Amino acid sequence: MNVHYHSYDAVVVGAGGAGLRAAIELAGEARTAVLTKLYPTRSHTGAAQGGMCAALANVEEDYWEWHAFDTVKGGDYLGDQDAIDIMCREAIDAVIDLEHFGLPFSRTPQGRIDQRRFGGHTRNHGEAPVRRACYAADRTGHMILHTLYQRCVAKEVNFFNEFQVFDVLFEGEGADRRAAGVVAYEMATGDLHVFISKGVLFATGGYGKMFKISSNAHTLTGDGPGVLFKAGIPMEDLEFYQFHPTGIYGFGILLSEAARGEGGILRNSDGERFMERVAPTVKDLAPRDMVSRAIHAEIKAGRGAGPKSDYVYLDLTHLPPEQIDSKLPDITDFVRTYLGIEPKKDPIPIQPTAHYAMGGIPTNVEGEVIVDDHNTVMPGLYAAGECACVSVHGANRLGTNSLLDIVVFGRRGGKAMAEYVKTVGHPEVARGAEAKVRERIEQLKAGTGSEKVGDIRTTLQESMTLDASVVRTNESLSDAKRTVEELKAQYANIKIDDKGEVFNYDLTEAMELGHLLDLAHGLVVGAQARTESRGAHWRDDYPTRDDQNWMKHTLAHLEQDGSIRLSYKQVVAGNYQPMERKY
Amino acid sequence: MTVTESPASPLADKAKELVRVHLRIKRYDPETDTRPRWQEFEVEMSPGDRVLDALHLVKWTQDGTLSFRRSCAHGVCGSDAMVINGENKLACINLIKNIGTDLTIEPIRGLEVIKDLVVDMEPFFAQHRSIMPYLIAHDDPGYKERLQTQEDRDRFDDTTKCILCACCTTSCPIYWANSEYVGPAAIVSAHRFIFDSRDDGAQERLDILNQKSGVFRCKTSFNCTEACPRGIKVTQAIEEVKRAILYDRA
Repeated sequence: MNVHYHSYDAVVVGAGGAGLRAAIELAGEARTAVLTKLYPTRSHTGAAQGGMCAALANVEEDYWEWHAFDTVKGGDYLGDQDAIDIMCREAIDAVIDLEHFGLPFSRTPQGRIDQRRFGGHTRNHGEAPVRRACYAADRTGHMILHTLYQRCVAKEVNFFNEFQVFDVLFEGEGADRRAAGVVAYEMATGDLHVFISKGVLFATGGYGKMFKISSNAHTLTGDGPGVLFKAGIPMEDLEFYQFHPTGIYGFGILLSEAARGEGGILRNSDGERFMERVAPTVKDLAPRDMVSRAIHAEIKAGRGAGPKSDYVYLDLTHLPPEQIDSKLPDITDFVRTYLGIEPKKDPIPIQPTAHYAMGGIPTNVEGEVIVDDHNTVMPGLYAAGECACVSVHGANRLGTNSLLDIVVFGRRGGKAMAEYVKTVGHPEVARGAEAKVRERIEQLKAGTGSEKVGDIRTTLQESMTLDASVVRTNESLSDAKRTVEELKAQYANIKIDDKGEVFNYDLTEAMELGHLLDLAHGLVVGAQARTESRGAHWRDDYPTRDDQNWMKHTLAHLEQDGSIRLSYKQVVAGNYQPMERKY
Repeated sequence: MTVTESPASPLADKAKELVRVHLRIKRYDPETDTRPRWQEFEVEMSPGDRVLDALHLVKWTQDGTLSFRRSCAHGVCGSDAMVINGENKLACINLIKNIGTDLTIEPIRGLEVIKDLVVDMEPFFAQHRSIMPYLIAHDDPGYKERLQTQEDRDRFDDTTKCILCACCTTSCPIYWANSEYVGPAAIVSAHRFIFDSRDDGAQERLDILNQKSGVFRCKTSFNCTEACPRGIKVTQAIEEVKRAILYDRA
């Protein structure tokens, strides 16, 4: 195993929307390396469909303050309102920036960026749905990812493709401790690369592969959060995990909320538009947590469709065919490909699908990583995008706000890091910093164990989907916790088939499984402790929100012995006082 | 309205018996093999599952050394282009029930095989970078959006769909014979900007594509259009770029 040393001012880990947006800020400002375990254009930002909200008011009256209110309320009052204000205010410039970078937005008849309706986004504090989502057909994420990559090509950003980060490095002790780089594994050679760097920004995306039915890519395994969790950085609000209401039945592939923004309707087996009962004002455009719970309730009440009565329908059959072709071309193609039905004629079987982590690496609004309940910053360490928790999404993210999050906080993180690296000297990293990673790799390859990565992962995914998803109870979470702890014990005894150096995905999947197990552990422990229902975290045994005791962020700490310890951090208040969440 | 179960429901497939799928995979491990070899596997799966699921079953239950790239698993990331029964396809958007239970799987052609189904993508991305794949705009729009009519936006819509999977380029006989040829995917990317009303870089790109490794290498075999998993009319885009060079019309 060869080892290479590199020296940079800034390292960005991950090349999806947040990483690329950060890289654009860093390019030309600091000597920067962008590491991705894929190629940049393979990142899952490209799978986002519906749009990105910003109060441009191109098609109807709108203000960023209305957007902020919707985001606070949508997040069930767990979001930090300082960060939400920043995101919604800077959203407008962020969209303009993307347009200037060349993003081919869909246009209004006047040639302006078109906007459409999306779940939970309303005019004047909940009066009615508002057209706020800027979009490019139903491939907005694809266009954002490619546009940002194109800008990086223009700026000659230095990419290390198919380099997977296995460890993070620090320098100093106590108050002098700061980030000092990462250790990466080069897929093509099996070599290790030590990147010594003044600043490190993690933008590795989500960890939806801990669930069986998931809209997430196979590669979304929480690598950034996993590496930092192990290194002693706490994770914030892991128990808040979003289930998107409309995954293709059996596959979990996302069908954008834009389908409902364009007029699509959810129906149960009786053909009833059940969202009229649940959210009389905004109906099918209620926030995702409420819609997913409503679907769960319909199925539980025996109004699910199909032989197992375990799905409901997304009905687009009443929409004009030309509207489907121009506004929803990709998702209707997915339905044709995977279900073999024609969405213009037949309603689409759907079920909630694991979609988005509200929680993750705790950061402040500059993307700086926070290491404790008092918002203490770890110098040089940054995070942005889904892997981070600012927290703008609180207990439940509104549709489109993830694309907004990655460009706003990717930019802020990149900018803050570009400034920081100009103020500090180069870290001292001793030779042999890769020793821990090297040992782990050698141990895996020499492993005499008996457990298979695929088996452990399948059991984890089934358990998490069954016991820790849309609806939870103390009992179900106990089951999930027991399973995860057993699996962690089995994981210590895994074996891999591939002992080679070149494109050894057997090895990387084993490392990824370790992250999923740790994060799932943090999720179920945090969820079991939180005896209330808020946003995406619904407890059947505690079905109300408890602001008195629980309006606080969870910080999960992974202890040396593998157990999880919880502490809590204040929510940043602002203009909007908590009230009952009705739509 | 009462919803009735569509006869083409996924459940029709899910309820069906599992089928045995036979895979014949072209393997190559640079650390142990001197030349590629064929290896056969049998897996049991639902006919509604993907070719990618078959590869995962092999990797996760039979032989962990099998290497292939994949990520999104629904045709938007472009990682899993491979030759399936002789044609360039994405493994994640082709279902067993449509493609059959006998699968012959090889790496895409024209790029060097590194291991099993993993090829060296760097020459492909270098060609993509060579055509200046980014908006070049000389005006300063200030703090507001540029306007673009729906018609102008539609002009290049087809080529914005490209996911850089390389299915087109590696199906092109000209590219197989001469890897200097910039290839269909790079021309598609150039087209996306050349015909964008906001862009001022058309002439520079057309000059690049007018060189001997450029667009006139294309002999219109249409393989690229047939191979494109996104349904892009690749050959038409190439022809439009050729005409723009010949008639100075972008």
